[in-house]
Amino acid sequence: MSGSKKKRGHAEKIKVPSYKARRLFLLAVLAFAFGSLIWRSVDRQVFETAFLQQQGEKRYLKPMKVRASRGMITDRNGEPLAISTPVKSIFANPRKLKADSKTIGAIASILDLNPDRVRRLLASDRGFVYLKRRVNPDVAQQVKALDLEGIGLESEHRRFYPSGEVMAHMVGLTGIDDQGLEGMELAYNEWLSGVNGAKRVIMDGRRRVIKEVENIQSPRSGNDLVLSLDRRLQFLAYRELKKAVKTHRAVSGSAVILDAKSGEVLAMVNRPAYNPNGRRSNRRGSFRNRAVTDVFEPGSTVKPFVVAAALEQGRFKPDTPIDVTPGLLRVGRHLVKDSHNYGRIDVATVLSKSSNVGASKIALALKPEILWKLYSRIGFGRSAESMFPGESSGRLPHFSDWSQFEQATLSFGYGLSVTPLQLAGAYAVLANDGVKLPVSLLKVSELSKGERVVRRSTARSVVHMLEAVVAKGGTAPLAAIPGYRVAGKTGTAKKSVAGGYAEDKYLSLFVGMAPASDPRLVMAVMINEPRGKDYYGGKVAAPVFAKVMSGALRLLNIPPDAPLVVTPLLAGSEGRH
Amino acid sequence: MTGISFTQESQPARPTGLLAWLHLDLPLLTGLMLLSGVGLLILYSAGDQEWALIQRQLVRLGIAFGVMIILAQLHITHLRRWSPWLYIAGVLMLVAVIFFGQTGKGAQRWLDLGFFRFQPSEMMKLALPMMIAWYLAEKRLPPKRRRLLAAAIMTLIPVLLIAKQPDLGTALLVASAGICILFLAGIGWQLISLFAVSMAALGPVIWFFMHDYQKRRVLTFINPENDPLGAGYHIIQSKIAIGSGGLTGKGWLNGTQSHLEFLPERHTDFVFAVISEEFGLIGVAALLALYFFIILRGLYIATQAQDTFSRLLGGALTLVFFVYLFVNIGMVSGVLPVVGVPLPLISYGGTSLVTILAGFGILMSIHTHRKLLPT
Repeated sequence: MSGSKKKRGHAEKIKVPSYKARRLFLLAVLAFAFGSLIWRSVDRQVFETAFLQQQGEKRYLKPMKVRASRGMITDRNGEPLAISTPVKSIFANPRKLKADSKTIGAIASILDLNPDRVRRLLASDRGFVYLKRRVNPDVAQQVKALDLEGIGLESEHRRFYPSGEVMAHMVGLTGIDDQGLEGMELAYNEWLSGVNGAKRVIMDGRRRVIKEVENIQSPRSGNDLVLSLDRRLQFLAYRELKKAVKTHRAVSGSAVILDAKSGEVLAMVNRPAYNPNGRRSNRRGSFRNRAVTDVFEPGSTVKPFVVAAALEQGRFKPDTPIDVTPGLLRVGRHLVKDSHNYGRIDVATVLSKSSNVGASKIALALKPEILWKLYSRIGFGRSAESMFPGESSGRLPHFSDWSQFEQATLSFGYGLSVTPLQLAGAYAVLANDGVKLPVSLLKVSELSKGERVVRRSTARSVVHMLEAVVAKGGTAPLAAIPGYRVAGKTGTAKKSVAGGYAEDKYLSLFVGMAPASDPRLVMAVMINEPRGKDYYGGKVAAPVFAKVMSGALRLLNIPPDAPLVVTPLLAGSEGRH
Repeated sequence: MTGISFTQESQPARPTGLLAWLHLDLPLLTGLMLLSGVGLLILYSAGDQEWALIQRQLVRLGIAFGVMIILAQLHITHLRRWSPWLYIAGVLMLVAVIFFGQTGKGAQRWLDLGFFRFQPSEMMKLALPMMIAWYLAEKRLPPKRRRLLAAAIMTLIPVLLIAKQPDLGTALLVASAGICILFLAGIGWQLISLFAVSMAALGPVIWFFMHDYQKRRVLTFINPENDPLGAGYHIIQSKIAIGSGGLTGKGWLNGTQSHLEFLPERHTDFVFAVISEEFGLIGVAALLALYFFIILRGLYIATQAQDTFSRLLGGALTLVFFVYLFVNIGMVSGVLPVVGVPLPLISYGGTSLVTILAGFGILMSIHTHRKLLPT
């Protein structure tokens, strides 16, 4: 412009500004501006390019977890008890998702959530929130169809328990992160858990996976776990226990079936139970596997072991007479009572009539150490080592602390505490000819040799005496099973409460085995606080035993060992209902 | 003349043919068409290969080039006569925006005229330089202090009205138009220094009047890593995109940062980052060269103009175009804070396109309506 400016610049009085300088200045500014832009680009695209490319890769090349599938839990016959199914989890990036109330409404209705909750989640300042985890693939598809920026899906596995509450206590359950929280899921969590894999993916700014680039590590699935349980026996036991607990309006109940020959737990059920597939309605106390975690005073059910100790010692035989008149026994300042005066009876009758006085007299005739040793070796006061989480060891005071009266009460089941599993385990020793096998919640492939606790003859003898309990005139004719010889023992324990024993709170017990000629199955039934008119173990627990055991014997194809001529007994037992 | 610049001593013969008949300037037209072509090419990539975007942009380009051609036909004396009225109408509409304006994206910029929506601030980019040029060209240059002050006030009125909307980018461009004219008109160096010093001193005062989001932008510009997921996100992502391009770029359609949706506003304000990533330093240099060529041609046309009004206006329009691209590229490459200014002729969007090409239409009119001296 300076060139043209000068044409006009004639005859000027005022000083003409230097347009040439201005022109050069302008050119300099332009050169500087373009130069700085170019320099900036050179800086970024030549000197910093490696670093920035790496930064870019860091943003789109992301490692992604590949969730491993958790191992399956099955029963001893391979029936699935816990299986993992693929599901999707819906997440959102609240910073990216610009949702109006209509969108929020759509999301909420698809995911079955409260719209306010969705709004709150999306109002968060974070870059990642789960909207809902573990939804079925069809729901995930609907969300995907909304095609919203800032919403994504993640593959996960959900644990499904086909047997529901029947197996709930044993199998347990997993939490939202696929880790075991209860039961065998917790006990064998490491075994069941797989190892998550990883892959590298190209992810876009909306956190959507565009492409899988490479597999860093393949996921390794968890191992399967085979339990010792038999699903059929479990169902049977659960059904009958549930019925009994309901009928007798009991607080709780447990039942355990052991395989006498292997120590395997074939069934273990409790009421109340919970539904592991949907935990919304579950009450607190229903999560406990009471058969393993809860202890109680076993009452008369320990009497066979007093007799066993006495037989072992050699001073008693089944026909050794014991005078229990007049149904009272003074021990120190205390009294031991029977419900009737049985007069002069023998050892076998002490068991069939369940005489406290008789048991006390036998126990007091033994050295405390002898009784304690037997109790301890059949598993009282010691953990059954089932590996079940929260397993209780019960309590057995050391003989050096016993008073005379304590020695007497221990003979009819007060002053010590056991779990239903321990009780069943103790009877399994008698059933297995005096050899104690470790109990197992897993299917046993190789039989343990076990540990001999009492002589074979002693065990056989006690079992034989216990057959009279189930016979007419015993305490539990309702435990009889047609076609099979059954041996067992009832127990009706007063519940200890603060300051002594409650007068109206009982524990009804029955522990038995069949077939008595060569016991295969041992079952303990415990009904806690029946509130109906019946509370004797022979009335409340024994019928559960009979129903479950007869079914189990048939299911396992165990041949009958008694001729069916015992129908009169059956008629008699039926008549007592 | 020394010949190092855009001035030329001898007048070339007036070109003939279709272009001359349409009053179009071939070098400018070539440059602008090339830029628009580059723009469409990059829009295809940045817009995820969506034809709908291309079609819409083609329509806008058609309208904008149409406006350019129409303005090129008008003799500059008409434009000069209309200048004050255009300016007054513009200011009135800006005032109207305050009262009746439509709100969009948090700012009140639009005036709904019933049949179409209209941004008065956009018109001011042309009306203001025309007004100042008209005013200063009335009297002999260089202007006296009183006239300078009046021109400054004329600039300030629309600038403040636009800044209030708030539309910092447009306010900046309109202000720069005024400043450029004052500079071209020959404002004294003392005044320029004084202006620079007072702007520096006014910094804190301006800071005080800024909106929160504007303050945040400035703070983010100073240190984007402060808030890498919030306000600094744009800057960091575009920095990564530019740097990833390297010398030769990743190739057309192959930019990862842009296609993976990390880069925000990638087909509008931040389109330069896409160009950088896909075409590398070489592409950036070529693009800057194209812009530089257009600016030089514009300044050359201004020097060849035969009256003060045309010279001032031509120079100012060219410099505003320069400010446009400098602010945009500076913002995208992190030299300047984030200000919403599109990359002229390349960013997707129609409003600025029309204004820019209208400005070039005026430049072409200036150049093609000269009375050539007989050689």
